[in-house]
Amino acid sequence: MERKTKIHAEDGRQELVITREFDLPLELLFKAYVMPEIVEQWMGTKVLKLENKKHGSYQFETSGPKGNVAFVASGVIHDFVPNQKITRTFEMEGTPFAPQLEFLEFEAVSEGSSRLTMHIVYKSVALRDQILQLPFAQGINMAHNRLQEIVNQLN
Amino acid sequence: MNLRRDVFQAIADPTRRAILMLVASQSMTAGVIAANFDTARPTVSKHLQILTECELLKQQQNGREIYYHLNAKKMKEVADFIEPFRQMWDDRFNKLEAIMKNYTPEI
Repeated sequence: MERKTKIHAEDGRQELVITREFDLPLELLFKAYVMPEIVEQWMGTKVLKLENKKHGSYQFETSGPKGNVAFVASGVIHDFVPNQKITRTFEMEGTPFAPQLEFLEFEAVSEGSSRLTMHIVYKSVALRDQILQLPFAQGINMAHNRLQEIVNQLN
Repeated sequence: MNLRRDVFQAIADPTRRAILMLVASQSMTAGVIAANFDTARPTVSKHLQILTECELLKQQQNGREIYYHLNAKKMKEVADFIEPFRQMWDDRFNKLEAIMKNYTPEI
């Protein structure tokens, strides 16, 4: 099976690169990042704020299984160029993890396909490795199930 | 000692990855492994030592010779290390793709 999402994480470096090719035109891919109601669907999070502009900021809230707030993620947008790039910080509020810097690059591969390159820089090598090992599994399944419902409704 | 972290470091080095690839095909002595690289023999020995300490390679005494072979179980652990994180993003992106394929702009 082809692995569409690739992660490049060299050891001893406080960064990683996530790449993914989408079977979507560039404009649609970018839209999925800027429209709050769509971000909510695929990220499985509630979008409290999303200012798509240079010097803007955003805030997402993720609920736990019992409806309680699991965590709030937020950051500021340093650069915003439609259909090209978003440079932003990302922080999980109330956790000991330092904010990370994210460089998102969007590019067209063909008329109907596009590529996202997400370059994430962490405060330290140790922090990056720690984030990589976070027990994400539960969150993934939660988000997955909810999004599956949404997608089913669309069909 | 954080063993998993060490394993992660071990596979980050291109020469060490090449050694693992090489040994994956068959068990080899240090001499045979070193012969496949331009790198100085002591450097290769050092790499072998690190890979052995991380349990990615196992030594097997065969007469007077020591053969190195791949510890497949440990390799799987390394592959799994980053997998949950990758899977999380893959799931998210799959959803993004599915949602946007069904997206019709409101006019």
